[in-house]
Amino acid sequence: MPEAKIKPLTLNFGPQHPAAHGVLRLVLEMNGEVIERADPHVGLLHRGTEKLIEYKTYLQTVPYFDRLDYVSPMNQEHAYALAVEKLLGIEVPKRAQYIRVLFSELTRIANHLLNITTFALDVGAMTPILWGFEEREKIMEFYERVCGARLHAAYLRPGGVHQDLPAGLAHDIRAFTETFPKVVDNMEGLLTENRIFRQRTVDIGIVSPEDALDWGFSGPMIRGSGLAWDLRKAQPYDCYDELGFGVPVGKNGDCFDRYLVRVEEMRQSLAIVAQCLDRMPEGQVYVPNHKVTPPRRAEMKQSMEALIHHFKLYTEGYRVPPGATYTAVEAPKGEFAVYLVSDGSNKPYKCHIRAPGFAHMAAMDFLCKGHMLADSVAILGSMDIVFGEVDR
Amino acid sequence: MAEAGFWSSYAWPFILTILSILAMVVPLLVAVAYLTLAERRVIAAMQLRKGPNVVGPFGLLQPFADGLKLLFKETILPAGANRMVFLLAPMLTFTLALIAWAVIPVADGWVIADINVGILYLFAVSSLGVYGVIMAGWASNSKYPFLGALRSAAQMVSYEISMGLVIVTVILCAGSLNISDIVEAQRDLWYCIPLLPMFVVFFISTLAETNRSPFDLPEGESELVAGYFVEYSSMSFALFFLGEYANMILMSGMTTILFLGGWLAPFGIAPFIWIPEVIWFLLKVSLVLFCFLWVRATFPRYRYDQLMRLGWKVFLPLSLLWLVVTAGALVAFDWLPAAGGA
Repeated sequence: MPEAKIKPLTLNFGPQHPAAHGVLRLVLEMNGEVIERADPHVGLLHRGTEKLIEYKTYLQTVPYFDRLDYVSPMNQEHAYALAVEKLLGIEVPKRAQYIRVLFSELTRIANHLLNITTFALDVGAMTPILWGFEEREKIMEFYERVCGARLHAAYLRPGGVHQDLPAGLAHDIRAFTETFPKVVDNMEGLLTENRIFRQRTVDIGIVSPEDALDWGFSGPMIRGSGLAWDLRKAQPYDCYDELGFGVPVGKNGDCFDRYLVRVEEMRQSLAIVAQCLDRMPEGQVYVPNHKVTPPRRAEMKQSMEALIHHFKLYTEGYRVPPGATYTAVEAPKGEFAVYLVSDGSNKPYKCHIRAPGFAHMAAMDFLCKGHMLADSVAILGSMDIVFGEVDR
Repeated sequence: MAEAGFWSSYAWPFILTILSILAMVVPLLVAVAYLTLAERRVIAAMQLRKGPNVVGPFGLLQPFADGLKLLFKETILPAGANRMVFLLAPMLTFTLALIAWAVIPVADGWVIADINVGILYLFAVSSLGVYGVIMAGWASNSKYPFLGALRSAAQMVSYEISMGLVIVTVILCAGSLNISDIVEAQRDLWYCIPLLPMFVVFFISTLAETNRSPFDLPEGESELVAGYFVEYSSMSFALFFLGEYANMILMSGMTTILFLGGWLAPFGIAPFIWIPEVIWFLLKVSLVLFCFLWVRATFPRYRYDQLMRLGWKVFLPLSLLWLVVTAGALVAFDWLPAAGGA
């Protein structure tokens, strides 16, 4: 009698699945509840961002970056703005740098709030997400007050930031930095010491430091494994070298460590926000070069030159000297980078986007192997995947 | 006279039984409806939300709005499903959740069937509940419900064993299988005090038995979407839903009867005994139900193997040990109740 071949149970996890974090399609081959192979299929949210950018001027490109990782938009604008500035050879004024860092860190808090709480939801705790979203909402309000949009900010632009902080915003952000730690403590009270939460996360999805390096991990995924790799420290951009903050690292590289790293990063980001508010100098928030940044409205009423600048800037855009740059920032999810090639025209010749989530997604198979179905959800949650950036 | 004999020996008892069943089932269904509302409101309060408050005053008509909505939806039969079993499963679940109430006394003598083996009946019926789940998972012919049903079967069977041992412990102390007698035996001291560890084990097992958080693996939404009732819609879904909540109330009732003195007032003195027995019973059941909801708002979900480990490696030895200890103490100190009730 021929030997019977037992086929594994193939489970199609997603794309319409409550824990798929967007549009992940994960084909799982399982032996009972134990996963033997996890095959992530990406591309369901592919919008051709990189190609579209080649047909847009440098300023028109900014909003595309909000729509990559839609959970932490400003960090990505930051990377793009830095890349364009590098090619243009300009440096933005100090006040603009501080505002950028301030909002990058607020964005980091907003991102980690979403990640930690949805991670908790993935392992079955449904209260943290509702507590956390209250705070995230406050950050969204700061967004709205500074740029008019809650999510797609288009606020950090090549040459500085679009506008100065409106009156009273700095005061309210400081009030937020004082009340927020209590919320983190409350949330931690539900999770960190909870036995069930620990059982669900400790020793699940372990990433060794070697694996983390081999697979190109970054952000909390590599710091959770014990490597203190943070671009804000390793190659400080804007005013990060003037600010004091710690880089939390994990020990075991499991889901629980990544969770702890993110919680501590929120606290560190809060410290950075407070420092930015303390040290923020007065001054301009954009480069006074009107070939790159628009003139003010009042000026345009008086000056013909300003009017022409405005018109040229918003129709033709500005020309960027030929060259190429790889500019990376420490986005909440990891190393987010822009590889920008300019041919001297007003549009990028090529704009490659390095999304941290894409590298993390690739590790899904080796992280899930041998774990149970419920663990794959926890692992996915601890990776902090957003498909806007993975699929681009 | 043949006519009179028919009325007195057949018709009246029949009508009375029907009436007493209705008197039990109608309030129960109303309670189920309002439990769904209470759950949403309580959890909302814990999560700094408001919960449903628009339909009717304080959202009091919400359950009926939900019910009507489900009633008017189309029942979708999946192409690959085994129709017969697929439709039978929710009916079975719902029926089983209701018939268990036949032996639950809500006050002294307020019971449909005061049978001698009431607790065994209760245990048997609650064990049968797993069939509805398995049938639903199997008949759906789909992978998520299938996994959900497997989990559920394993879970319910595991936790029934420790629950059984806990019940045996209580029966030892009460000396009767009749539920009214078990309640009466607690007139001096509720069993939750001398049998505190068993009370905790029982409460946690009821969470597992009713598939409630943190043991809601069969319907673990983050992995299995909705578990065994993924493919159900409309009224067939509603029956599962109602069955689940009726089971929650049933298990709270069992906890009340076995450990919290059933309908008895906490102290047999003046202000407490003025309150009707049925109110005491309802208060205690509500308290246990509140704990069900509280747990749901607080805890993450167990993983399948962890749940099995907890059931077999912690609860089973613990309840077995406590059973032996209880029996030993009863014999050693000559506290054994008289046969046939205290």
